[in-house]
Amino acid sequence: MDLLVGQVFTGLSTGSILLLAALGLSLTFGQMGVINMAHGEFIMAGCYTAYVTQQLVGDAGASLLIALPVGFLVGGAMGLILEAVLIRHLYHRPLDTLLVTFGVGLVLQQVARDVFGAPAVNVTVPEALRGGVDLLGTTVPKTRLFILALAVVAVTAVTLVLRFTPAGRRIRAVVGNRDLAETAGISSRAVDAGTFFIGSGLAGVAGVALTLIGSTSPTTGQSYLVDAFLVVVAGGMGRIKGAVVAAVALGTFQAVFETYSTASLAKVGVFIVIVVFLQLRPQGLFTLRTRSLA
Amino acid sequence: MTRFLATRAGIWTGFAAAALVLFGAAPLLLSGFRLGLFAQFLCYAIVAVGIGLAWGRGGMLTLGQGVFFGMGAYLMAMHMKMADAEFRNGPGSVPDFMELAGIRELPAYWAPFSSPAFTIAAILIVPTAFAVLLGFAVFKRRVKGAYFAILSQALAGAFAILLIGQQSMGGFNGLSRFRYFFGYNLDDPVNQQMLYFIAAGVLLVVVAVALQLRRSRYGELLVAVRDAEERVRFLGYDAANIKVVAYATAALFASVAGAIFVPVVGIISPASIGIVPSIMFILGVAIGGRASLVGPVVGALAVAAAQTALSEQFPSAWTYAQGLLFIVVIALLPGGIASIAAATKRFRKEPATAEATA
Repeated sequence: MDLLVGQVFTGLSTGSILLLAALGLSLTFGQMGVINMAHGEFIMAGCYTAYVTQQLVGDAGASLLIALPVGFLVGGAMGLILEAVLIRHLYHRPLDTLLVTFGVGLVLQQVARDVFGAPAVNVTVPEALRGGVDLLGTTVPKTRLFILALAVVAVTAVTLVLRFTPAGRRIRAVVGNRDLAETAGISSRAVDAGTFFIGSGLAGVAGVALTLIGSTSPTTGQSYLVDAFLVVVAGGMGRIKGAVVAAVALGTFQAVFETYSTASLAKVGVFIVIVVFLQLRPQGLFTLRTRSLA
Repeated sequence: MTRFLATRAGIWTGFAAAALVLFGAAPLLLSGFRLGLFAQFLCYAIVAVGIGLAWGRGGMLTLGQGVFFGMGAYLMAMHMKMADAEFRNGPGSVPDFMELAGIRELPAYWAPFSSPAFTIAAILIVPTAFAVLLGFAVFKRRVKGAYFAILSQALAGAFAILLIGQQSMGGFNGLSRFRYFFGYNLDDPVNQQMLYFIAAGVLLVVVAVALQLRRSRYGELLVAVRDAEERVRFLGYDAANIKVVAYATAALFASVAGAIFVPVVGIISPASIGIVPSIMFILGVAIGGRASLVGPVVGALAVAAAQTALSEQFPSAWTYAQGLLFIVVIALLPGGIASIAAATKRFRKEPATAEATA
């Protein structure tokens, strides 16, 4: 029983970390079809935002509360600039976008290395989040619970924004049918920029949260990126709920697999599971029904 | 010039000139150390020819060529470690790095690699068969474009992590310190030169194979699949089969390149085959011109040379340069250097050529 609860929680926790990293991607990649390899560097920017905020503010608790919205703005601003300068001109060439944004990621990593140095830095975890909570017989670290809660809040917020606000309605319209949305008077260019701002901002938030469970180095973001992309691929393009289910499923799978073998074999296992899964559902878990052939 | 090179006589002239440079001029002009470096660059160029085929002609952006490169490299390295162990301690003994890691028994999958014939067969067959299997799994279900690119990248990541976890494959440090290459002592400069000639010869063969594939009916179909997969399918062809051939050929090229890379450089580790090195293979191809035949070779050689010249002295500046090259070349000159002539000619009519942007 204890083992089961422990594993379920580890799975949920790994899943929520994956989900935080992937949520922004499911907007930019899933909804817009843009493969932003610099997304990992936006996460890294969020991490360093938390670090810098803590250096300035001092108090760990206050700096975390400040860093979360600031991280959103930092990530969002970087995404907005990237969209306006490069990605906007490459919408019809998705694979080239991937390579161009990889180049951007390289540059951003080197900037971080030159500014903050190559060695990893650490953010002090606030007093309130240290230690663990007893839950159904197992001890659960508070930081992991915080990240789980943050992931739930982020998903809820994105879902509410997409479903109930005018901006969300416009985003869904453009995703559903770009030409028709434009005909109805929606500026798809403004919607693209807005979507990219939110998606990249979420990467910043993820970065701030990830400093609670790990140290920060210029390559921090890269390590989350591939897994995050796999989540979106498995979940299906354009579906937030796909990303949620895929993240939790992959997180649980990885956690369970790791207990019975090694972490390195678990990565390989995840890859095999996804290739097999794509045999059954090549479009991912949930799909937007379209009549296009592509 | 370009028109002449497309004729039969032009092709022979081109190959003769390349052979003259590779087999005549380079060994005369370059010292032993530099010739070794050049042999290393030629290995990257062999990988690049395969990427040019799969990505430039077939539209499959494979971000995981490091996997196949690594397979060839590790298979060759296993043989060389076995040969060293046999030379020192007689048949059936354990390679030196395993002794250090405390492994006393030779793992069963290492044993056959004491045979040179088995090793060469494995280098040719294992990565190709793996690519065919994976290719069928992916392309038959019409997973393509970005999905394929991300899967291939995840594959590279998983492969590198898998190798790091295997102590009996050298783990994080990889395999190094080889003494013999099929019985030839690697410390002898003459044998180092022989390795260079092997690399140069293989590059010429690989380019010839790629040329033949391009000029065949198959090459036409491959480009057709890249530009309009649905139409090819409606014409009655199975697009997946066409793609698998290009993907497997690229894998084979990468594997052979890896197998030559190991004796030339003397080390193979997970760090040189993971996600980042895999995507770096792409850079040279993009710069040279992904859809052209010689472009990937020239681009790969240029990037490797620049990396060697700059990365140690100016590591920070070189990383910026790499990033900016990705951005500038792919955003502004998707056809690479090979398209400059055509691009300037067509500049006023249509800025982006269909061939370049696919």
